[in-house]
Amino acid sequence: MGAYIIRRLIYGVGVVIGVLFLLFILFFTVTEPDDIARRALGDKVPPEVIEQWKVNHGYDRPLWPWQDWDENLLFDHYRRMLTFDFGLSDADDSPIIDRIRAGMGPSLSLTIPLLVLGILIGIPLSLLVAFFRETYIDRMGVFLCVLAMSVSIILYIVGAQYLIGKVLRWYPISGFNADLLMLPRFLVLPIIVGLLSGIGGDVRFYRTVFLEESSRDFVRTARAKGASEPRIMTHHVLRNALIPILTRVVLAIPFLFTGALLLEAFFGIPGLGSMTFDAIQANDFATLRTMVFIGALSFVLGQIATDISYGFVDPRVRFE
Amino acid sequence: MDVESYVVSNSVTLGLVLACVWVARVVGREPIWRDAARQLWSRRRLAIVVVALYMTIGLVDSIAWKGGIPEDVVDVLPNAPLTLLDRAFLGTKEASYSAPFASVEFYGAEALKRPGQHPFGTDILGRDVLYLSLKGARVALLIGGLTSLIAIPLALIFGVGAGYFGGRFDDFVFFLISTLASIPGLLLLIALIMAMGRGTLSVCIALGVTSWVGFCRLTRAETLKLRELDYVSAARALGVPELRIVIRHILPNLAHLIVITFVLMFSGLVLSEAVLAWLGIGVDGSWGQMIDGARDELSRDPIIWWNLSASGAALFVLILAVNSVGDAIRDVLDPRTLKDSS
Repeated sequence: MGAYIIRRLIYGVGVVIGVLFLLFILFFTVTEPDDIARRALGDKVPPEVIEQWKVNHGYDRPLWPWQDWDENLLFDHYRRMLTFDFGLSDADDSPIIDRIRAGMGPSLSLTIPLLVLGILIGIPLSLLVAFFRETYIDRMGVFLCVLAMSVSIILYIVGAQYLIGKVLRWYPISGFNADLLMLPRFLVLPIIVGLLSGIGGDVRFYRTVFLEESSRDFVRTARAKGASEPRIMTHHVLRNALIPILTRVVLAIPFLFTGALLLEAFFGIPGLGSMTFDAIQANDFATLRTMVFIGALSFVLGQIATDISYGFVDPRVRFE
Repeated sequence: MDVESYVVSNSVTLGLVLACVWVARVVGREPIWRDAARQLWSRRRLAIVVVALYMTIGLVDSIAWKGGIPEDVVDVLPNAPLTLLDRAFLGTKEASYSAPFASVEFYGAEALKRPGQHPFGTDILGRDVLYLSLKGARVALLIGGLTSLIAIPLALIFGVGAGYFGGRFDDFVFFLISTLASIPGLLLLIALIMAMGRGTLSVCIALGVTSWVGFCRLTRAETLKLRELDYVSAARALGVPELRIVIRHILPNLAHLIVITFVLMFSGLVLSEAVLAWLGIGVDGSWGQMIDGARDELSRDPIIWWNLSASGAALFVLILAVNSVGDAIRDVLDPRTLKDSS
């Protein structure tokens, strides 16, 4: 088991190094520091100002190690990202790490309930649909899932803001208040929208997994032994379907950290998602780079954690 | 020499139509595919008709030529290349908003040039919303189609190569896939588009780069299985060149996966573009952009709802039809392998 974990960790490090290299290619060679400076400062700025800006933001070095081994942007990029020294925003010169610290709370207050509720609603619903397989309830369920998946998330956002926020006036259209009593009022609407847009795909996926499991031999054996259908669903099917479910849940982990970009941006929640949105509008490459890195890093860590936890969920998995 | 863009667009359209005819003939000759097509038609008649309708609209909006514009039309440049669709809606531009089937302008209450002839109303610049929604069909097909043309060959080359030849190349491809897959999709899309600059082509390239990974993983796994089959070993023992084995024995067995992936990928791509349009980095003229533009109109008083409804409905109907055709194709062509890759 120890060797397996170590090998898995080493591969994870390799992937993170690969991601950082991809980011370097995109944000330093495809868009050169001069372009970044011009987009941040505008076209009519004298060259001295651009040079000074590049010095301030640490862009004033050659790109590759073979140009200058001690002072180059590639090594600098790796060193800074891996030590979480993200530097200054390209748009307003504020330290990126401060904004990340400030945005973490609001983001998590939206994404954690969203993730938990998504699982709590999605799994029972799909168990129900799978329980009634090959009947009209099942067909109806699948049709509703496809219907829900076919609506763009932006329509859900606009629709919910208009209907619940403006016409019914139940909840504020957008905004945020970190006060514990006020917080739920601002989160209800984005959470509803997030659940609606995700539930179709989730239920359909879980249903396929459950159907796959319920055609196994041990299910037939359980039925032959006289176990009741609901008991089969929860004790035999659900338990064995946990691995694919876990895998899908892990896919959502980076989203805990990078925030639900669209929901935050359009419901005015000052989290990491809004930060990314602002960075797009302001051509803030330093912030974008950082957000992509954080997203990838949390994904890799989550994946390693799942691979290891498979061993606890499923005794069949051996660490070889 | 500079070739004008409408000439390029016309020839590409011609090429695509010819390609479709050729594919249809090949499909018609193979009994398996003919059966599958017949089953598909009997299961999802309505959805197929809807998709065909969108494709026809896209086609009508792809054939353009210059000249032939009446003297009294002022809202287009005299020598602009116009498509069939543009010509059908020539001179429908009003001064500003008007409601569906209205005869007066929305705020100014002045008479319209074409009273009662805008079934979906007009937008802030007075353009007919029906016309804009129809034009979006071509953009959506372009996004889905062009991106798939980038992503599917890329995935096939890497996936089949890695699965068939194995070794170092497989390690490299596997590493590449895990690296790309570990970056959250939307963030990678944003990063690619921001780095390459905005525009239709860079949006399609970015969507292609983010969407080929899943299919590559699938083709790699399938090729690994196919490589071990008896007829492949037999071909190898007979001394058939490797490339020929791949083309004759591996690729035909992946054909159904290509079709299924293409259809399922398509709707995802169009929906992603709508999200990108909302972030301000989408493609010009797409439904996403129309929805984005219509967002603030809901807070006007009285509200402007037709712009949003028309573009939203156009997007929803296409995606629903494609999704439902995709589901049926999956059931018809491949009841097992792809079940869990949705």
